[in-house]
This record gives sequence, C-alpha cells and structure tokens, in this order.
Amino acid sequence: MNESRKILGIYSYVDLLIDSIKELRAKGFEDIRAFSPVPNHEIEDALDRGYEPSKVKYFTFCGALLGACVGAAFTILTSMDWPIVTSAKPIVSIPPYMIIIFECMILIGGLSTFLGLIINSRLRRNVNPIDYDERFSNDKFGLLVTCNNGDFEEVEHILRNFGSEELKVNGEILEEKIPESEPAVEKKPTESVVEEKPTEEKKEGDS
Amino acid sequence: MSQIAEKDKYSSLNKAVMNMLTRPSFGWWAIFIFDLIFLAFGIYCFIYQVYEGLGVAGYSHPVLWGVYITDFVFWVGIAHSGTLISAVLFLFRAKFRMSIYRIAEAMTVFAVATAGLFPIIHLGRPWNFYWLLPYPNQRGLWVNFDSPLLWDVFAVSTYATISSVFFFIGMIPDIAAIRDSVVGKTKKVLYSVLSLGWKGSNWEWSHYTRAYFYFACFATPLVISVHSVVSWDFAMANTPGWHTTIFPPYFVAGAIFSGLAMVITLCIPLRLIFKLEDYITMENFEGMSKMIILTSCIVFYAYLIEFFIAWYSGNKYEYDQFLYRANGDYAFFYWTMMFCNGIVPHALWFKKIRNNLVILFIISLLINVGMWFERFNIIVISLSKEFEPGSWGLYRPSWVELGITVGSFAWFFMFFLIFVRTLPALSIAEIKEILPVPKKNGGSDHE
Repeated sequence: MNESRKILGIYSYVDLLIDSIKELRAKGFEDIRAFSPVPNHEIEDALDRGYEPSKVKYFTFCGALLGACVGAAFTILTSMDWPIVTSAKPIVSIPPYMIIIFECMILIGGLSTFLGLIINSRLRRNVNPIDYDERFSNDKFGLLVTCNNGDFEEVEHILRNFGSEELKVNGEILEEKIPESEPAVEKKPTESVVEEKPTEEKKEGDS
Repeated sequence: MSQIAEKDKYSSLNKAVMNMLTRPSFGWWAIFIFDLIFLAFGIYCFIYQVYEGLGVAGYSHPVLWGVYITDFVFWVGIAHSGTLISAVLFLFRAKFRMSIYRIAEAMTVFAVATAGLFPIIHLGRPWNFYWLLPYPNQRGLWVNFDSPLLWDVFAVSTYATISSVFFFIGMIPDIAAIRDSVVGKTKKVLYSVLSLGWKGSNWEWSHYTRAYFYFACFATPLVISVHSVVSWDFAMANTPGWHTTIFPPYFVAGAIFSGLAMVITLCIPLRLIFKLEDYITMENFEGMSKMIILTSCIVFYAYLIEFFIAWYSGNKYEYDQFLYRANGDYAFFYWTMMFCNGIVPHALWFKKIRNNLVILFIISLLINVGMWFERFNIIVISLSKEFEPGSWGLYRPSWVELGITVGSFAWFFMFFLIFVRTLPALSIAEIKEILPVPKKNGGSDHE
C-alpha cells in the first residue's frame, strides 16, 4: 500500500507543463521533477517552494579559498626551504607571489566548482534512465511525478487533463483507459481526491 | 497553436547540429589530409631541430627570442577572445554571443594547446621542459617564483585547464542531446560517457546554471591575468621597447582583437559549408565587427602613445628604438602592422562592409597577419637594437622556424576539423534560450 510509483508525462508546450505543476502541487504532490531541453525560469518558479538553492557556491568558495592558501603556502614555504637571494629581492617577496596565488585560486576554485556540479547534479538523486525520454534533450518537456500507489490514478488524470501527450511508467507507454474523455473533462478529478498527505512516501521514493 | 517558424523550432536546431556530425564528406577528408601534410612538415622541422640543435633556428646573437616566442604570444592571444565571448559576454548578457560562443571556446582550447608547444620548441633541450615545474627533486631546489617566465607557466597552464573544463561544462547538455539522437552503438556509449548522464531535469539545470555562472566569473579575471602575465615576460626586462607599463592593457586588447578576427575567419567558412545561416546570423558578425573596431582603436592608440612615451620620457634608447622600428631594417613589418591593425579595421565603420562576408573575411585575415607582425616587431626589433651598438644585429627567420609556424597552424586546424565533426559546434541549449519558447496558449515568446 505504501509503495511509491513514478509516472512520466511528456509535453510539447511549456505553459501546459507549468499548469500541470501548479495543479499537482495544489493537490499536494510535491515530488515532482521537470525535464526541459533548456533552462527555464518559469518552470523553476513553479517548482521553487521546498527546493533549496544550489549548493555549488560552497564548493566554489571553499575551492577558491583553498587555492589561494595553497598558492601562498607553496611559494612562501619553497622559498624558505632553499633561501637563495635572486635579483636582490627579499627571500619571501609577496608582490610576485600574488600572481601565483591568484592563478592557484582560480585553478582550484574552478576545478572544485566542476566537482560541485558533478556531485550536486549527478551523483546524488540521479534519474533512472527508464524515467527519461530521449526527446527531452530535443523539443519535449517532461514531468516525473512520484506518488504512492493509491494516488496513481489521480496523478495520471491530472497529467492527461493538463495537456500531457504521452504518459510513461517504467519506460512503457501508458495507454489511456477511457479514450473519449480526453478533451471534454475539465479539472473534474478534484472531488475524487482523498487527501492522503504524500509527504512521508515522498521521502523514501526520493532517494 | 503558436506560429513558430520552422527555423525557430527546437527540433530544427537539433537537426542542424546532428547534420554537422554525419559521416565526413570527401571534401572534409581532402582538407584534413591537406592539413596533415603541413602538420607532418612542421613535425619534421621540429625533429630536425632537435637533432641538429637550436642553431638551425635563425637565432643569432642579440636576438635570441624570435619566431617561436612570436608564435607563442600570437596563439595565446588568439585564445583570449574565445574566453571573452564565452565568459565576459555571458556576464554582460550579450545575446549575439550565443550561436558563436562554442566555436570561439573550441578555438580557445585549441589555440592554448598550440601556444603551449612553443616555449618547449624554443628550448635547447626540449626534453627537460619539466624543469619549469615545481616538483620535489633530489637537489632540493625549487623554481624561482620571482621570474615572469614562471608566472607564465602557472598562468598558461591554469588557463589551459580552466578553459578546457569550461568548454566541457558548456557542452554537457549538448552532448546529451547528441547521445539521445545518435545511431550506432559505439557512438551512443561514447556520448553517454561524455554527457555524464545528463538528463536536463530542473535539479541539474539549477546547479548547472550556477556552476556556469561561477565559471564565467573565474574565467573573466583569468583571461585578463594571463595576457598581462605574458606581457610581463617583456615588460619586466629593461630592454628598450619592452619596459613600459602600458603593456598589460595593450596586450589584452591586442589579444581580443586578434582572437575576434580569428573567430570570424573560422565562422564564415563554417557557416557556408554547414548552411548555418539560420543560427550564425549577420547579427553575430555585426557584434564581432563592432568589438573589432573598439579593440582596434585601443591597439592603435597604444601604437601611437608608445611613440609619445618614448619621446616624452627623454630616454634616448627608448626613443631611438621607436625610430628604428618605423624606419629601420624592419620598417616593412612595422608598417604592415600599422596598416593591418590600425587602418584596415576602420573599414568596419561602414555597415555595407560589415555585412559583406567576403570583405569581412579578408579583413579578418589581414588582422591576423597584422597581429602576428605586431608580436614580431615587439620581440625581434627590440632585441636586435638594444643599448650597446657593438652588439646590434639582425635576425632572419630560418626555414625551420617558418616550417614549425606553418605546422602550428596545421596543428590548430586539425583539432578544429575534428571538433566540427565530432562535437556540437553550436550550443544547442543556449541557442534554444533565444528561440521562442513553445507555448500553446498565449502564443510563443522569447525568454
């Protein structure tokens, strides 16, 4: 009964996708993931509540700080390791070392930003390839909703009614059960909702 | 239903990029093999030089930095405008960058890969190049961090690393798009690995856009620092003609100037061959032309103010050096530079000329020539007439040096030719940002 299921809706139009997100969230489904071929602020805005801002900035900041420290330590310590006077300059001459410190800051800061991107967007919460459609990188948009078993029908209904052209479950196309109800039904599913609070299922289905 | 024109559809863009990645035609192979012949000649020249010693390069006593260092500065300079277009114009939200930035960024990576060869080629014992790097050794010696040449090692290697990673990050969503439409198992696996499992979900996009922004913030000061450091290779020495404080801004502007010309040189044939008129538009060329005018003015100003400084300083050596540049043994090089970099770009003030791709292409080639001569003038002329009249001398590039220079162009174009056939030369995701968003109700709009 507590089992969660994933359903993938495929869309051609952004506005329909956004309406679906709004409707799903109004009904309490928060575990939604949108796919788009291009970053889109409207999708971000529709989804924003409950999502913390990107953590990449911490990687960038720490990497840059670390890089600057490495640059400073490296130049100063190696100069002191073999103290040889060149061009009548002090053994530890900070102005030229600033260049090395700067370059190391950029180098390590940049590489840790890259690491931050990989860790944050890929390794964690990676999407199963089954829950993906190859057209998402071309011209289609998608919505992956994780809900518990009991709510499945309702989610399916919302997705269909709000313009999803195709639904997929586990990579298989989900055929429509009542073919004639496609354009006519207008936000009818509302009354059939049993407010089940999907929050605890959300957590386990998420990982 | 919205009225999105065929060329503005997301799928048309994907198709256009996929069309570039089809099996190479006979023409491509012909150009590629032609290119490899020149590369082979360059490699032959290098092997000959290693075997015979640096004497086969035209170095003679006062001039011990010649064509190789000229090439080094030239290629580093070419690299810079790629970063300008991908990072600086990104921060300024200049829309004209979107369809050309991938080409410019590829140019950056390949140009740095070319530039990095020259300090090594220039060494008498190139196999000992790793002595430049600070590594623990049994003598307990470390490198001299006070030396501009070492700053160069750090700056150029950081630049090569960061611009390659930046280039790669920018391509991830586009490689995913190729992965999704490519046929053939090997290709699929290869692009899947390169795409790092990109799916285009809102999570990925939110981290991606942040990371991209930070990278642009890193790359912007980096690009300025790198060519400043390259200019300090000269400005830190007290050689007349080198020892001036205007060198960093002068070099950075010159680098962007030459790089923009190279982007135009690459984009015009590419647009023609792959029929990319819908994406690389006249607007792109307009934007680049205007930036060429700006940077040309800065560079031309620097040429003139150098004379003023030389006169105003009251330093005889400095003054004589500049008089010698303008009417000495190398006057031809000097006036070619003046003509190509100072005069020719001003033709771009006229819209008719900016919009004529043939003339634009010729102008871009002339600028490339002019900028190569600029570096030659700075390096060679200053060295050939330093302080002591007794040590004055002339330098003439040898066939080995010219062969390696030609080989370096072939090396650069080899990478570029492979790139346009294997990786997305147009940024699919970024161009989609300026295409109309598909909307059912309320028509389509631009972001």
